Amino acid sequence: MRAAVVTFPGSNCDRDLALALERSGFEVVRVWHKDTALPAGIDLVGLPGGFSFGDYLRCGAIAANSPICREVVRFAEGGGHVLGICNGFQILLETGLLPGALMRNSNLKFICKTVTLRVETALSPFTTLLGEGATLDIPVAHHDGNYQASPELIRDLDSEARVAFRYGDPLNGSAGDIAGILSQNRRVLGMMPHPERASEAATGSSAGAAIFDGIASAFASA
Amino acid sequence: MKAIVHVMLKDGVLDPQGEAVRHALTALGFDGVEGVRQGKVIEIDLAAGESPEAAEERVTRMCDKLLANTVIESYRVEIA
Repeated sequence: MRAAVVTFPGSNCDRDLALALERSGFEVVRVWHKDTALPAGIDLVGLPGGFSFGDYLRCGAIAANSPICREVVRFAEGGGHVLGICNGFQILLETGLLPGALMRNSNLKFICKTVTLRVETALSPFTTLLGEGATLDIPVAHHDGNYQASPELIRDLDSEARVAFRYGDPLNGSAGDIAGILSQNRRVLGMMPHPERASEAATGSSAGAAIFDGIASAFASA
Repeated sequence: MKAIVHVMLKDGVLDPQGEAVRHALTALGFDGVEGVRQGKVIEIDLAAGESPEAAEERVTRMCDKLLANTVIESYRVEIA
């Protein structure tokens, strides 16, 4: 199993994400935003959290137009698995791989704390080990995590069971308390909370490790 | 030639920053501020030699591709 983790100028969770994937059995290749190709034989691309390009213009907007992201889009459109966390989620929305938009938190504050998430569907490699209805405590750290979409899109996400996670309590103004969503083929996940920051007990919690173990198990059984 | 792009949140999209500005103006004693919407203005210097129509068409493509997120934002292009 091989995963690529992309680093943009301003990414700051890339190393944590690489470590979390390695812990779950992935061989991780680090990729730079100016690279024009993904390494051969990649099963998963990880887009990490951080502040790519200083959040200039809109969070994730400039990263989404970087050379590597053209390849990430091609990879995803060919059926590849992509996990975008926090800024990575913002980038996925800006590429159009996931629908909707993330706006400034409704209280205008940068929110940095551990929150309870509810798993809304087990039907994805990312959530298969957790199971629907499970809860897990994972940190969030963002200023622009207020997920918004048209009422029609929210309805579609609900009816297609594409909401992966919701916040246990209202957090940032997100429609339906959405914390993470899946693509139609369920192989692309974008989420605001940081499972890579909760993947080892030594750093306070390993609740997030099940997400990475889940992806690994999906490839192991494929 | 200069292009001026105005990017605003679409009508109906909640603008928490505009709302905070409205509260601040009211707190400062400015009466009758019923609503504030916050957007951005982007000035683009363009090389000479292009017709205004061609420039507008090109800047419109820039907006769709990068300058605005048309899921939540609308834009207006002025060629000056």
